[in-house]
Amino acid sequence: MSAIARWARGGGLSTLVLLLPLLVVFGLFAWFPIGRALVMSLQETNLVTDPSWVGLDNFRQVLGDPLFWTSVRNTVYFTLLAMLFGYPVPLLLAVLMSEVRRAKGLFSVLAYLPVVVPPVVAVLLWRFFYDASSTGVFNTILGWVGLGPFPWIQDASSAMPSLVLQATWANAGATVLIYLAALTGVRTELYDAAEVDGAGLWKKVWHVTLPQLRNILLITLILQVISTFQIFTEPFLMTGGGPQNATTTVLLQIYDYAFRFGDYGAATALSVLLALFLAIMSALYFRVTRSWSTS
Amino acid sequence: MSSTRTRLGTVTAAVLALSTVAACGSDNDDGAGSDGDGGSDDAGVTIGVTNLPPSTEKAARKAFLARVKEFEQAHPNIDVEPSEYEWDPATFAAQLAGGTLPTAFQFPFTYGKELIERGQVADLTAEVKSLPYAGDFNPSVLEVVQDESGAIHGVPVEAYGMGLHYNRALFEQAGLDPDKPPQTWDEIRRYADTIADATGQAGYAQMSQNNTGGWILTTQTYAMGGRVEEGSGDDVTATLDNPATRRALETLHAMRWEDDSMGDNFLYEWGTINQAFAAGQVGMYIGGSDVYNSLVTENNVDPETYGLTTIPLDGPDSGVLGGGSIVAVRPDASDAERAAAVKWIDFYYMGKLTEQEAAVADAMSKAESDAPVGTPTLPIFDADQLEQAETWIAEYVNVPLEQMMPFKNGILDQPLIPEPPVKAQELYAELDTVVQAVLNDENADIDALLETANENVSSLLADG
Repeated sequence: MSAIARWARGGGLSTLVLLLPLLVVFGLFAWFPIGRALVMSLQETNLVTDPSWVGLDNFRQVLGDPLFWTSVRNTVYFTLLAMLFGYPVPLLLAVLMSEVRRAKGLFSVLAYLPVVVPPVVAVLLWRFFYDASSTGVFNTILGWVGLGPFPWIQDASSAMPSLVLQATWANAGATVLIYLAALTGVRTELYDAAEVDGAGLWKKVWHVTLPQLRNILLITLILQVISTFQIFTEPFLMTGGGPQNATTTVLLQIYDYAFRFGDYGAATALSVLLALFLAIMSALYFRVTRSWSTS
Repeated sequence: MSSTRTRLGTVTAAVLALSTVAACGSDNDDGAGSDGDGGSDDAGVTIGVTNLPPSTEKAARKAFLARVKEFEQAHPNIDVEPSEYEWDPATFAAQLAGGTLPTAFQFPFTYGKELIERGQVADLTAEVKSLPYAGDFNPSVLEVVQDESGAIHGVPVEAYGMGLHYNRALFEQAGLDPDKPPQTWDEIRRYADTIADATGQAGYAQMSQNNTGGWILTTQTYAMGGRVEEGSGDDVTATLDNPATRRALETLHAMRWEDDSMGDNFLYEWGTINQAFAAGQVGMYIGGSDVYNSLVTENNVDPETYGLTTIPLDGPDSGVLGGGSIVAVRPDASDAERAAAVKWIDFYYMGKLTEQEAAVADAMSKAESDAPVGTPTLPIFDADQLEQAETWIAEYVNVPLEQMMPFKNGILDQPLIPEPPVKAQELYAELDTVVQAVLNDENADIDALLETANENVSSLLADG
């Protein structure tokens, strides 16, 4: 009794009460659904009558699906392409923009504008731009310089790069702003010192800017990997996973299981696998890079 | 000082926490109230129903609400709560689980077997059998709402057959007679080539995405005398690699790669192909005979350019794939709710087919809202009954019926074949890939593609 009273008087109770709203909101809208998903991945359910336990059958089904490895391969391919374009482009833009002396605000707005466009609208617009006929928007423009017409999303080999192009356009702005903010934190005397030592722009970027941005670069890298692994909107709206499953990603497959075929067990099983994979990868990544992230 | 602050903090946090809990609680109360009433109380029952027209369609909405009132007067113990709910496969299960799905809801034939198999619709055998016209249903239409044992899980309220939609303006531009649409698959190919050469638009286009590729390929397979599944019940086997499907794909391949008559875009689905057709980019395509309604209301098609004919049938077992809408009831509805829902289905949906007054009132309100009236349908009962229902509403017809006569004159002679009985959506998805491969890869190996698809569907069927 006295221990509880001491705990309450010592601020334990108010801490708990202050935490309550957070616990309730997170509990109801995050942890409970996560827990339910874990349970559901071991069940077969129609969401109305009592579910039946099926053990690891859903996992077996998902791993045995001929589309599983296709979607994993496609997701990795998308992530690699997105890294190749989506990772350096914002950095390059930010560095260039920080060098600009006038109208910096205007450039920031221009870079950020695509982020303001609702993703669904942007994707549907790009689908229209990607019209494969010679009168399509992109094909018309490229036609002026004697290129094309290209099949864009209509061809199995060019569909995924087309999605990456759109995704890079749509998402680069937010990362640019993060880099721009981080760049203001780089001490100017370092540049001055480098300049005195005769460093040009490229050397300044390589020896001053990049090392100073290391922590931010690390964080954006892991965040980008996690978000690109969950690529969904673009293939869902633009190609539906086609042509010939060339753009079927893991998340699209989860969606298809649940909402196209009504198989919630398989959908949650695949979600659990994806979450596990991402968690393990993040943990590994931080472990491996811990040594060089703290300077 | 510090203890005052602590106490203040505690109170604030407590209020916040309580309000959060209260907010969640009141939500739950609302949810339970809207769907849980009625069932236990025999004196009064509340049912949620769909198809309330949006407030932008004033006349139709008013007419619907008048029907609701009429129904409630005839059945004082039934309270009807209409909603604008439209069935969507992506949200259906969640709404069913969350209790927000109306008691009686309408959905397409193609999902019938699936929902029955998963136990997501109620068994209505007793209620439907007690209707005066229970024995008059067209057997191949009734089949879509029956399970293996013959139990009835819904009421088919609309039926259509697949047809060939064509753009009369493009026909004319290409020097083809729009009153003489193609009657064989060879003619379709030749016409498509002519249209593509003369106009630069796709002479023929085909859906290939989100299960629609499989849906249309199955239509073509039926029309060429094949089937994609054989048997019934637990003995269903996949027969995707049959000669008819192969022939359909070879025709597609020739149109795409030899004739180049299918344009440049191949990732079409139901909505996007309708859009392209209404925009004059497609000469011909296969779709449900009721598509005109959507082409008018959603795509603003020019009625002058629209033409509809039957799909050519070829071979001894050939037939036309049928589609339509079913109205079914939530599986967790109480006896009283189920009985009330079937009464509503009988009154509202079937009344339009079986009673002159209801048919006329419905047609009139649609015509007033400029909604299409008179698009060809197939008989839910028999041809005579359909003809009678059509004569009742003849004066309200506002669709270019003359341009749909090639279909209307031919469709009743075509045998109607239901969709594949087991795992239709998964089978369609598998065929999507095959159709996309043929349209995207000039060297596509049709035999190998069909063999793989057949193996995949066979293992799905084996898993149950």
